[in-house]
Amino acid sequence: MAKMTYRLLQGNEAIVEGAIAAGCRFFAGYPITPATEIAEGMSVRLPMVDGTFVQMEDEIGSMGAIIGASLAGVKSMTATSGPGFSLMQENIGFACIAEVPCVVADIMRGGPSTGLPTNPAQSDIMQTRWGTHGDHPIIVLSPHSVEECFTVTVKAFNLSERYRVPVILATDEVVAHMREKVALPPRESLEIIDRLRPTVPPDWYIPFEDNSMGVPPMSAFGDGYRYHVTGLVHDVRGFPTSRPDEVDTLIRRLHRKIDKGLGYIQEGEYFLMDDAEVAIIAYSSVARSAKQAAIMAREDGKKVGVFRPITLWPFMRKDVEEILKNVRAVIIPEMNMGQYSREVKRVDQGYARIITLNRVDGQVITPDDILRKLKEVY
Amino acid sequence: MKNLGNLNVYAVRLLPKTEAIAPGHRACQGCAEVLAVRLVGKALGRDTVVACATGCMEIISSPLPTTSWRVPWIHVAFENAAAVASGVEAGLKVLMRKGRIPKKKINVLAMGGDGGTSDIGLQALSGALERGHNFLYVCYDNEAYMNTGIQRSSSTPFGAATTTSPAGKVKPGQVTWKKNMPEIAVAHNIPYVATACPSYPFDLMEKVKKAAKVDGPAYVHVLSVCPTGWRLPPDLSIRAGRLAVETGIFPLYEVEEGRYKLSVEVPKLRPVEDYLKIQGRFRHLTPDLIEKIQERVTKDYNKLLAKVRFSEEMS
Repeated sequence: MAKMTYRLLQGNEAIVEGAIAAGCRFFAGYPITPATEIAEGMSVRLPMVDGTFVQMEDEIGSMGAIIGASLAGVKSMTATSGPGFSLMQENIGFACIAEVPCVVADIMRGGPSTGLPTNPAQSDIMQTRWGTHGDHPIIVLSPHSVEECFTVTVKAFNLSERYRVPVILATDEVVAHMREKVALPPRESLEIIDRLRPTVPPDWYIPFEDNSMGVPPMSAFGDGYRYHVTGLVHDVRGFPTSRPDEVDTLIRRLHRKIDKGLGYIQEGEYFLMDDAEVAIIAYSSVARSAKQAAIMAREDGKKVGVFRPITLWPFMRKDVEEILKNVRAVIIPEMNMGQYSREVKRVDQGYARIITLNRVDGQVITPDDILRKLKEVY
Repeated sequence: MKNLGNLNVYAVRLLPKTEAIAPGHRACQGCAEVLAVRLVGKALGRDTVVACATGCMEIISSPLPTTSWRVPWIHVAFENAAAVASGVEAGLKVLMRKGRIPKKKINVLAMGGDGGTSDIGLQALSGALERGHNFLYVCYDNEAYMNTGIQRSSSTPFGAATTTSPAGKVKPGQVTWKKNMPEIAVAHNIPYVATACPSYPFDLMEKVKKAAKVDGPAYVHVLSVCPTGWRLPPDLSIRAGRLAVETGIFPLYEVEEGRYKLSVEVPKLRPVEDYLKIQGRFRHLTPDLIEKIQERVTKDYNKLLAKVRFSEEMS
């Protein structure tokens, strides 16, 4: 067993450590509550590992800079919150179509607009999936503890590199600002994935050619491989095209590479779910209250369990369907007007009753809130 | 002080009693930025509409039930104060033309911090200046993102330590030089550009009055000492502003129709060290770095003097 390092960290600091452990060597950001600590931490930590920190003039610039750095071959990330995340959307779409690996931490605060800068919310769930226009693949992960901020950030980089897709790390202000004791695994025990690089001679390189995984190898600028990067729909050589067969092929491949990897991408936690009659589905900080609520309910003899999706998108349909078939009712507490519950309802074919618990007053959902809701069904 | 010609008597009791911003706001002790906002409000009077970018001045003045604004005030996003002010100005013009509101002078003021002006808001500001809206943009420059906790901006001076430009063994804090926003505004060929500082209150108010009077866009850049972010005792705010002017780090001048004029002439500049040494954000600076800053300040000041001389010769 490798030796763990124990530290008292804030969620945002754990994201910094996770990113650096995953090999992130470039950060471009812009101050925004409650994600500023990530930029501050990066400005200190990155120079220590020969990395680069740049503060940009806005979030549009931040996103553009990490796309550039990633194309140059460096693992890159940025961090923001609601309003900044909105500004990043166009460039996130660019990263999707040009298949540029990058990680964006979105520390959710109340919205819309400037909203509630210092209060938690989970109201960007749909924006993380559908914020940028057009049909696009994307992966969204959501840690619920400080330790997970570390491990899930590592996973975010791995998925991003493996599938050449932007990965959004979406959590809320509570997790980001909470301090906990965390066990940091040693670097050598971590699984670190780097993007596939072309091995063929430069003349043979076809930059966007399909393969069994649907993820073409990616060369960095300066590797000697000439290729064309564009936000336009492109053919396998990277040049703009509007030929229907080529357009269709690209868009479908972009989706297929994620669909094929679902088993690897999707991760969730089952907590006291083996014999549960009522399930609570919750993510990020609300999952903590949900777990506590399940423990308290079980003290009263109620068989309650928690399913916590770590992968918010692509939606964990198989897992959720299986749960819906095996329980009487599902409670979905969320700090929004029902963004994840909408997806659960979409796949519920009359299997179980779905009860939503929505809090949009900028306050956290407590175990008591959930227990009160539980009384409606159990 | 040359430009106080229009103010007949320099007596505090003769200043306008009207206030655009009420006391009881939540600004830090010694905040010179809110002092500047107050002076601008006094100079403009109550017939003013304010579009305020996200930033300290929005946070400290607006949470209910403590809203401090006595004039119509819009808090907009971070990047678009100038764009929203453009809309306000155009809207008022239409309403006056159609006779829905009486025809009178209504000042449209867009305001933002240095981040909201020189970083994220530059595009909106440039657009509004180019379109020639009749409005006034005031940048309250406290030289960093103070609202989120002291992160560097493009307006942060060389050598200042902030949380995203920390001073260490290798880097001396901020490694780039302060963006020259007034010059960027001048480059738009707008009728009036000025720099001001609340440590020179009469000069500031005079400039704001002038800026409001011109037909077309005007830009006033106000150095606003931030004791919290500059690591400075709050009672030194006013003195720090004066030192910035007396050392030539932040010269007060105005540019009317492209003609430069010094507002406060400093016969002999004080060494920049006088200004730097009272601030915690510069405490790590070594003598050679101070020398480097001194060289740059002298050079920039001489450049400005040359422009002033050139303007005098031309007129």
